[in-house]
Amino acid sequence: MDALSALADGFAVAITAQNLFLALIGCFLGTIIGALPGLGPANGVAILIPLAFTLGLPATPALILLSSVYYGAMYGGRISSILLNIPGDEPALMTTLDGYPMARKGLAGEALALSGIASFFGAFFATWGLVFLAPLLVQVALLFGPAEYFALYTMAFATLGGVASKNQAKSAIAAAIGLGIAMIGVDHQTGVPRLTFGIVEFYDGVSFLVAIVGLFAISEVFLFLEGHSAGTLGEKVTFGRITAPLAMIRQSLAAMSRSTVLGFLAGVLPGAGASLGSFIAYTMEKRISNKENTFGHGDPRGVAAPEAGNNAAAGGALVPMLALGVPGSGTTAVLLAMLLTLNITPGPLLFQSNPDVVWGLIAALFIANFMLLAMNIPLVSLFVWVLMVPPRFLMPAVAMISFVGIYGISGSTFDLMVMIAFGVGGYFLRKLDVPLVPVILGVLLGNEMEKNLRRALTISDGDPAILWGSWLAIAIWTIAIVGFVAPIVFGRFVRPRIPRTPRVERADTD
Amino acid sequence: MSDRLLGVVCLALAGFLIWRSTLVELSFIVDPLGPKAFPIIIGGVLGVAGLYPLLKPDPRPAWPGARGFVEIAIAIVVMVAYAWLLPELGFVLVTAVAASILAWRLGSNPVYAIVAGVSIAIAIYVIFHLILGLSLARGPWGF
Repeated sequence: MDALSALADGFAVAITAQNLFLALIGCFLGTIIGALPGLGPANGVAILIPLAFTLGLPATPALILLSSVYYGAMYGGRISSILLNIPGDEPALMTTLDGYPMARKGLAGEALALSGIASFFGAFFATWGLVFLAPLLVQVALLFGPAEYFALYTMAFATLGGVASKNQAKSAIAAAIGLGIAMIGVDHQTGVPRLTFGIVEFYDGVSFLVAIVGLFAISEVFLFLEGHSAGTLGEKVTFGRITAPLAMIRQSLAAMSRSTVLGFLAGVLPGAGASLGSFIAYTMEKRISNKENTFGHGDPRGVAAPEAGNNAAAGGALVPMLALGVPGSGTTAVLLAMLLTLNITPGPLLFQSNPDVVWGLIAALFIANFMLLAMNIPLVSLFVWVLMVPPRFLMPAVAMISFVGIYGISGSTFDLMVMIAFGVGGYFLRKLDVPLVPVILGVLLGNEMEKNLRRALTISDGDPAILWGSWLAIAIWTIAIVGFVAPIVFGRFVRPRIPRTPRVERADTD
Repeated sequence: MSDRLLGVVCLALAGFLIWRSTLVELSFIVDPLGPKAFPIIIGGVLGVAGLYPLLKPDPRPAWPGARGFVEIAIAIVVMVAYAWLLPELGFVLVTAVAASILAWRLGSNPVYAIVAGVSIAIAIYVIFHLILGLSLARGPWGF
């Protein structure tokens, strides 16, 4: 029961006035970010990172703030799904299918309350999963050498491309672009500049934050500009009291439990994330429970399942990020970028050398969950007015905050130019259906991946056989290959068949 | 067609990456793999993956009309100008102008756009600079 005593220490770290306040702010901002269509968890967290730096926050409070935003966004997405039939972010997409019909039937209050409870249920048990699974994974990771790490990074890209993407080739393109960008700068091992084209600013490499804010936030502005469909909020749905009858909760309990397990597993898988969690949860639940053809017409279980699923996936995605340093989703990749910028490398060593960071974060997530439950059921009307802000006023604010954040870190016009370039690149990649998460993952992990490859080959004096020289490495390679190939061969059913609505491509990934 | 173009760009990028990587000068520190190999491998992956959309393209994405591209071009010009002028003219003025133009191009009525732009600039200045103490660009007027 080491995990439990470590968790108790974590609560001692988390329960300080500052950390509780940051968790509260994070939950509040996160719910708003989730609720606003066009501002999802990944770009929401990305534009808030500079804020965390500005405040001079150390790692633990910064991580508490931003993870609360992440959890909060998972709660908030459902508000606009239910009330407006527009997903507030991509993981909330499945919630529109039964949530909006419920609202049309005059059950908006019930749908909001039930989905809030389901969100809490999923997130609460997934955080327990994190408590027990992360230390186990750390035990395995302690056996890893450079060859295993190289295989692990490859696996992250392979499963990301295989499971989460519509087109494996485009996912590979995205990964290669990201890795290529990571190569810019002075080579860490030999000190020679690579791909810098003689530009001094490139010697340090491309900053993660510049790349992320550009790819996610700035490209979003371009997508809105092109669409010009600003501010069509549809008919306003009214709702009375926000409570769910006990019978409805009891009816949905089984759905929540199944979805929590599925969502958590989808989150743990490197690269899959919350969108996949809610998708799998909804489709499974529909297969099991749709006996009277009520799904799609406002079945409460169809609201509970995806919400439990995506919140559970958010907790699950933190497992590989903390234990292995390999993020399980787009937003955890952004969190990883923040940790790396603070010179903290997640992985087994983090659990040994900085247990306060890990366990303080986990304890804070438990606390944040209760705050979110309070904000999202009794106080949900606070957030509904936020939906009235039309994108034509919101997007300029997002762009300006992005510029302020990046400029605040470095004070460099050059970084702003690079950010704009990433924004333009991100726009074209998104239009061409090339996923952005592998690009981010490539930029983040590229140097570590190369470092481990070269270390492995230095150990073996150049013999590549070391890369598959242990049973652990072979196991990882097998998962990587199966994860990439299996979905191509037989498994169009694992892949989200997301209905193509114009709003969807705007919602960023989780 | 868009996808074929993507494939061609990927192949060109892959070739460029490999070519530039072979030009990397070696230093006196050596390891078995060296600094050239990994970028070359990545270039290889990019090239092979780029063949797929070239040979088997997805359906054409929904590109905006000429008007949409003009809007995006205007936004890029505004952003680049913003980045250049920020250290020269100070945060509040440049941000108010840039945010107004963006709000206007996103479909607001010009008067509302100016109100929104000025409000955004002042709100960010108050929250980020006065309350949180972030150093924003100082212009000749000190703000």
